[in-house]
Amino acid sequence: MAILFFFYFAGVIVLTSILVVTLRNPIYSVLSLLIMFFHVAGLYVTLEAEFLAAVQIIVYAGAILVLYLFVVMLLNVKREERYHSQFPLAALLGITILTEVLMLAFLRGFSSEAPAVAPAVGDSAQPGEAIAGTGNTETIGEALYSTYLFPFEVASLILLVAMIGAIVLAKKKVGEGEA
Amino acid sequence: MSGTELLLDYLTRYFPILLFIIIALAFGVVTLLVSYFVQPKYPEAEKLSPYECGSEPFSDARMPFPVRYYIFAMLFVIFDIEVIFLYPWAVVFDKIGLIGLVEMLVFIALFLVAYVYAWRKGALEWD
Repeated sequence: MAILFFFYFAGVIVLTSILVVTLRNPIYSVLSLLIMFFHVAGLYVTLEAEFLAAVQIIVYAGAILVLYLFVVMLLNVKREERYHSQFPLAALLGITILTEVLMLAFLRGFSSEAPAVAPAVGDSAQPGEAIAGTGNTETIGEALYSTYLFPFEVASLILLVAMIGAIVLAKKKVGEGEA
Repeated sequence: MSGTELLLDYLTRYFPILLFIIIALAFGVVTLLVSYFVQPKYPEAEKLSPYECGSEPFSDARMPFPVRYYIFAMLFVIFDIEVIFLYPWAVVFDKIGLIGLVEMLVFIALFLVAYVYAWRKGALEWD
């Protein structure tokens, strides 16, 4: 029954991903990307990764997508036959990745168990059991703020560097443009 | 846990979120549908033409954006990631105690440096 969720989310993800590359209007592409992000978040929920789902929505759907929209609007991309010129390269990459996925699927074998729909929660032998009681976000919090304390503070530093880089790059350009 | 049980588990845990999504979607769809069916329709060529405050449109509405917006979007991404770190911290706050508080204060202090830098550099100014 839970596999229905998986197929719904996976189906919509595939459909909207195709729309992202085939739609002529780039704004529509970005909006179908938004639908895709939300369904990826749904997929994370079926995998019992609630925190990742929240990150997916807050960071990807909330912030990264705004960047994409701004790029589209900054560059003023009109309807274009853009993906036709890149077709050979895209086909090559696509076939490579498809072969890889199929090889993985055949080598591991298609199990009748739902491939990803949280079988770990049920089996008591699985490590997922520990998470099931407390919740994903809590487990991450406990690990992040005790064991991984230093990487956490380093993350803050990296974000600081990213911000300074962004300001230096973007601000300089604006200043030069006006001068 | 069998599949049906799992489904019930999901539904009980995620029912409020599902309800929110349904209400949000229904609000948009119902509003559009109601206004579509209720509105009087007397279409004319003149009425259907695009207009700009009464005058003829003189340019495409899809103009390039000023690049200045981009820096706000980038700053937003960075502060958004800071907020992401606050969620698991808030959930386990009572367990990690004073050390957790100090950790987060150091984290936020570094962000404060970034914020002050952005402020002093004039990244938050429009011009």
